[in-house]
Amino acid sequence: MKIAVLMKRVPDTASVLKITPDNKSVDMANLKFVMSPYDEHAIEEALKIREAGKATEVIVFTVGPEGSQETIRTALAMGADRAVFVKEDPSRFNSKGIAEMLAAAVKTEGPELVFAGKQAVDDDASQVPERVAELLDLPHASIVTKFELNGRAATVEREIEGGSYTVEVPLPALFTMQKGINTPRYPTLPNIMKAKKKEIKEFSLADLGLDAAKLVSGLEVSGMSLPRANRLNKILDGDSTERVKKLLTILREEEKVL
Amino acid sequence: MSVLVLLEQRGELKNCALEAATAARKIAAKAGMELNAVYIGRALEQNVAQLKGFGIAKVYAYENEKLGHYSSDGYVPIVRDLAKELGAKVVIGSASSVGKEFCASVAARLGVELVQEAVELDWDNGLVAKKPVFAGKIVSDIRIKSEPAMASLRPNVTAIEREGDGVPEVVKRDMPALDLRSVIKNVAQAAAGTVELTEAKIVCSGGRGLGDPKNFELIRELCTVLGAALGASRATVDAGWIHHSHQVGQTGKVVSPDLYIAVGISGAIQHQAGMRTSRIIVAINKDPEANIFKICDYGIVGDLFEVVPILTAEAKKVLAG
Repeated sequence: MKIAVLMKRVPDTASVLKITPDNKSVDMANLKFVMSPYDEHAIEEALKIREAGKATEVIVFTVGPEGSQETIRTALAMGADRAVFVKEDPSRFNSKGIAEMLAAAVKTEGPELVFAGKQAVDDDASQVPERVAELLDLPHASIVTKFELNGRAATVEREIEGGSYTVEVPLPALFTMQKGINTPRYPTLPNIMKAKKKEIKEFSLADLGLDAAKLVSGLEVSGMSLPRANRLNKILDGDSTERVKKLLTILREEEKVL
Repeated sequence: MSVLVLLEQRGELKNCALEAATAARKIAAKAGMELNAVYIGRALEQNVAQLKGFGIAKVYAYENEKLGHYSSDGYVPIVRDLAKELGAKVVIGSASSVGKEFCASVAARLGVELVQEAVELDWDNGLVAKKPVFAGKIVSDIRIKSEPAMASLRPNVTAIEREGDGVPEVVKRDMPALDLRSVIKNVAQAAAGTVELTEAKIVCSGGRGLGDPKNFELIRELCTVLGAALGASRATVDAGWIHHSHQVGQTGKVVSPDLYIAVGISGAIQHQAGMRTSRIIVAINKDPEANIFKICDYGIVGDLFEVVPILTAEAKKVLAG
């Protein structure tokens, strides 16, 4: 049984971001890229299943520009067996197009399980894995915090507001992973060395039978802005009791939030 | 030409459904379109009165015990087919945890783009959305040109507003044949009295300044008094002090309460991403140089172990009076 893991590289979450002069995109120059943190959980979960002898192969799938190989190698160094790389700049497309690329790529391998992070922490689009599932007509569950494989079905816990659902999903199926499901491993030095020899299969859109013009989207960014700080920054003085009393008076009488 | 709003329910209509209806009414009015709604789940009767004043012409009700909880196999085809049947130009849903999955699947089946977690929706010769990206470090203004134009609205950022007492006409629909591949085996609810972070009006969060996992008790007591939800910084979650479901930040939850109280939190950019859209931010930290003071409205520089118990006690008195 093969497990596909959908992965995306994103700017490091500690990055200080700048907007390009045309105000329409984020300046990606000089940023450090990492694997989107939720995808690490997806890979870890897949590796655990393979290590338990319930899967034969873990294959990582990504759409990204030249330079994405570094992040792919990180996934391979964690222990994924090989990778499928759709070399295409994702910034030209939106979720619909990216999902069509990933679905076409995943289809070439016919996995029983498809895992992904619950969202990528750059555009926070929060929809590509679910779209892939629909395009491949797979049942799916999102924001999974516990995963258990029982033969031809998986029993998972998925987060909802103020609780969780336990859902039984027949395979083949797709799941998106939430933090807390596991602790992703760090690549060890021997595994980093091994990863250099693992296969990265590259696809162009033409290889997948896709036409870029048909994948370009119906979303147009008209502007980007940094949220205004605009805060009062008022430091209260007095002894602790006085300050607390002042604070409560302000919150109740001026701001009316208590 | 119409706007379709997806009403999320869990036994009763969720607040996020009424927020989405508020946003959808504004769009329908500006665009000069009719507003309709779709409701899937248990019997609607006891809920329909809540839909008063949103300008909804018709609510299409698909009532089925089996669909009391979300099922993509059950819900998605209904909305795909209804949106087509009504010729909907705009479809608005909620960006709750199941709402996002629902909207993503519907968008895929309709073959259209989707903006998730919009914090503002408007009509300007087409649907336009404000959407935070990079967990709110940047806000993107997006024009949604695919048809129907689809967006999900982030819960807790839109005030529910009703106008007049018009009640929608309920159009009961026969349930299409159900082929549910996934089955919900159990529904676990958090303990009674627990306030969900993303829906809370007040959030109190603790950080590394607490020094020890057991000191979260101080924050829990403050939460109980204020009726607040409990949040936490990534450092405390990564250290195993508290469950990840409490994490606020770029790799945790994004919250926008009326009041956010950060206790012993330095205010790393990662954390700010999850709480900067809060209306009022209060910081309590012993380090006057902490970043959190740069983004707060009101700050107390002091020892949290002294300040928080006083705050809890005084708040109790004030709120009781």
